[in-house]
Amino acid sequence: MPWSREQMAERAAREIPPGSIVNLGIGLPTLVADCIPPDADIWLHTENGILGMGPFPYEGEEDPQIINAGKQTVTIVRGGSTFDSALSFAMIRGGHVDVTILGAMQVSAAGDLANWAIPGGKVMGIGGAMDLASGSGFILAMTTHVTREGEPKLVAECTYPLTARRCVHRVLTDLGLFACGPEGFRLLELAPGVSLDEVRRKTGAPVLEGRP
Amino acid sequence: MSGPRPGRHRDKVRASVAEALEGLHDGARVMVGGFGLCGNPEALIRGVVERGVRDLVLISNNAGNLGKGLNLWLQAGIVRKVICTYIGTNEALHEQMAAGRVEVEIVPQGTFVERIRAAGAGIAAFYTPTGAGTVVAEGKEIREFDGRPHLLERALGADFALVRARRADPFGNLRFWRTARNFSPLMCMAARTTLVEADELVPLGTFDPDDVHLPGIFVHRIVEVREHEDPFEYRVVRPRPEGR
Repeated sequence: MPWSREQMAERAAREIPPGSIVNLGIGLPTLVADCIPPDADIWLHTENGILGMGPFPYEGEEDPQIINAGKQTVTIVRGGSTFDSALSFAMIRGGHVDVTILGAMQVSAAGDLANWAIPGGKVMGIGGAMDLASGSGFILAMTTHVTREGEPKLVAECTYPLTARRCVHRVLTDLGLFACGPEGFRLLELAPGVSLDEVRRKTGAPVLEGRP
Repeated sequence: MSGPRPGRHRDKVRASVAEALEGLHDGARVMVGGFGLCGNPEALIRGVVERGVRDLVLISNNAGNLGKGLNLWLQAGIVRKVICTYIGTNEALHEQMAAGRVEVEIVPQGTFVERIRAAGAGIAAFYTPTGAGTVVAEGKEIREFDGRPHLLERALGADFALVRARRADPFGNLRFWRTARNFSPLMCMAARTTLVEADELVPLGTFDPDDVHLPGIFVHRIVEVREHEDPFEYRVVRPRPEGR
């Protein structure tokens, strides 16, 4: 069985070292917030100006002026701070954010990321993705292994417009966890019941086994 | 040599939105604060439509959403060009773009705000690694620093900035609320004329000097507006556990 969205979020959370500053992108990565152990001293950063983002508010405590990058209502934890967008992106671009988890439309073996536009489709916009991709210390891309049409999202070369080159360190899909590298995607972990054959069939680049 | 320019830092408080918007002209470059609908100067946004100006260049992160906020400008057909970072579910902008009625320039968000900051800080241009190797780099000077390609990005200024603040004093010292702050202080710095819609106007001396978020040097007009819709874009809550 491939991992569910919730299981992916749980697995992604285990990639985050305790004591880290973490930025979670829009979409699938948002779910990771609920899976972070409370004693791990992990501080969530959101590009629109919170360090120390907390969980969704209890009903009746929501404030339309306390939101995350996906414009959902959130809370601020004890010790959290708020600031303007220039300072927020200084944190991002300046390399102060330790881990960034981003959604992906395509990831290449070498770590190129495409996550903001589909050729011929609607342009959603860049938002903070390019800054996060070029400034963060460690980038985990999180996506389903194939598109709705069954096309591989892990590819030899991205054909969609790029977000940044050589930026993704690891990719987590519903089928497994992979490390990016020049020779291919190195398998770090398979989802339970998923075979290496299936992964290879659904991946557009070589999938390597064992330590490099 | 001419003498100093006339002082602008007195009598900043305006009695109405219409008075605050005086001089905002056709074709003006206008920055509007807000991350989506969060932190929008709602009354000033409405006031610009009522003023009847057109051909505006709008510089704002999202240009509205869900038919609210800056979607009013798009629906009124008064925008010629939008410089923004994200469109997403902004159907009003998708439609205007598809119809060729509005030109759209999409900028990475960190570059967007730094270009605005640079304009306010007297920096003509700067190098950033963001966007290297992507379509954002097209037509830009690229230079390598420490083995990494960087793009030369130009400062982005405006004729007017329209922002929302939680509290303002008569000099224009501002305090913002939570994530409603976002681009607003930078936009105040980058515009020739800055208009602040404050939830509350407080007497001079109310703020401790250490607690001012934006000094009044960057503010030219203030209008107090107590009522705001503050719409939720995506209201997400969790159930309260028993006994809390």
